[in-house]
Amino acid sequence: MAYSEKVIDHYENPRNVGSFDKSEKDVGTGLVGAPACGDVMKLQIRVKDNIIEDAKFKTFGCGSAIASSSLLTEWVKGKSISEAMEIKNTDIAEHLALPPVKIHCSVLAEDAIRAAVKDYREKQTEE
Amino acid sequence: MINASNSNSENKVYYLDYQATTPCDPRVVEKMIPHFLENFGNPHSRNHAYGWKAEDAIEVARAQIAHLIGAGPKEIVFTSGATESNNLALKGVAQFYKETKNHIITTVTEHKCVLDTCRHLEEQGFEVTYLPVQKSGLIDLNELRQAITDKTVLVSILAVHNEIGVIQPLKEIGAICRERGVFFHTDAAQAAGKIPLNVEDMNIDLMSITGHKLYGPKGIGALYVRRRPRVRVLAQINGGGQERGMRSGTLPTPLCVGFGEACAIAEREMEKDNKHLKELHDRFMKTIFSSLTDIYLNGDAHMRYPGNINISFAFVEGEGLMMGLKDLAISSGSACTSASLEPSYVLRALGVGEDLAHTSLRIGFGRFTTIEEVDYAANRIISEVTRLREMSPLWEMAQEGIDITQIKWAEH
Repeated sequence: MAYSEKVIDHYENPRNVGSFDKSEKDVGTGLVGAPACGDVMKLQIRVKDNIIEDAKFKTFGCGSAIASSSLLTEWVKGKSISEAMEIKNTDIAEHLALPPVKIHCSVLAEDAIRAAVKDYREKQTEE
Repeated sequence: MINASNSNSENKVYYLDYQATTPCDPRVVEKMIPHFLENFGNPHSRNHAYGWKAEDAIEVARAQIAHLIGAGPKEIVFTSGATESNNLALKGVAQFYKETKNHIITTVTEHKCVLDTCRHLEEQGFEVTYLPVQKSGLIDLNELRQAITDKTVLVSILAVHNEIGVIQPLKEIGAICRERGVFFHTDAAQAAGKIPLNVEDMNIDLMSITGHKLYGPKGIGALYVRRRPRVRVLAQINGGGQERGMRSGTLPTPLCVGFGEACAIAEREMEKDNKHLKELHDRFMKTIFSSLTDIYLNGDAHMRYPGNINISFAFVEGEGLMMGLKDLAISSGSACTSASLEPSYVLRALGVGEDLAHTSLRIGFGRFTTIEEVDYAANRIISEVTRLREMSPLWEMAQEGIDITQIKWAEH
């Protein structure tokens, strides 16, 4: 199948690949998907004063899944948590020109940011 | 001069997908050309020399095909390919003998055209047993014995597997079928011309073969139908009664001639081809397995055709991997492009976990594959797997000692 140029660019030059120490208090980690489904995304955000200062990802999946998570890290950086939570899967799908069979990759990316924020918020209410 | 080329010179894509199809051998094409031009007659025209010449050429081809599998020329029915041959064998036998028998035995890992034909027959009231396979991809002969009943008319089992390359024990299966008075059909699309086949030694009653998997043209195949003891099939295509009434339609002389020549070359050069493939196979396996950990060969390590290598690369998704290997024409066991998100039914039937089934590639070598291509492919695969593992959360977890099978994943 043909991938869009943007998908190919993110696949070949993924942005922000890597990991933060997930035990750190200012780090929120979202791990979504399942190996059996062929997609797993790990998205991590580092937050200071309610602003996402940095983001990193690792993804097991097809090119569209890698591109969706790579794009997401670019988009959330510098945003406030509430702004990041407004990112919709349809925005990602549209930006990357994902075909219908790959929409689930963008859905997974949206799940990933929500899961990372949830993890971060839970950490702040502990102690 | 006609050349067979494995690579597209503009984009340099290395062709390593010989199970999908093979290029025509140039010697085959050269034999075909006159039958498009001066010898264009209808082989069924009985009234003039154009017809006789075409018919003669077809009979030479029929004998070449028969000889490859130890059959007689009158036992070869031309079809459009293995899909049609499989349809004719299964539907033809089932429908002909339906008054007395109504049961067919096949395996869960057959090619889709056999499975789909079986589903169709089930809808018509036939009963079908789908034998499981072992982890090796091979059937358990005792399970076959136990599955045969006095209502069983046909056992249909794939000779060399298209996806994983394993070779079923044809001779043993044939012996069981003969002893129990059941017809044995084998889909030998990937086997004919690649491994020695003999319908007498192996007690095969029906065999499907095709031109384009053995360096012949596309659009032509054959069904071997045993004459002694006679096997009857009900025609699925009706018309002028060609092919002894089993398959009507004007025969495509150039394709028949090409198919015949391809069989003759394959028979003559089988040993040479296999020596070449074994060398490529061993070289590729040695390179890959000495450079990467956590990789698994799918299917039996010994009972296999060396031109087919199916490997799971743990922690790297197959389709994502293929995208990084655009310069290699290979095939993925991950069916992530289909809406179902289901990985290969064949690998699942072997008991390969869904996580690993998503990480598999099939690499196919053939007569025209070179050592340079094999080395290039192995190195590209190693570097791309390594790159994607660095990007894989599952690889990271595995390095930290986390067993990913023990995690409760939210399946979507």
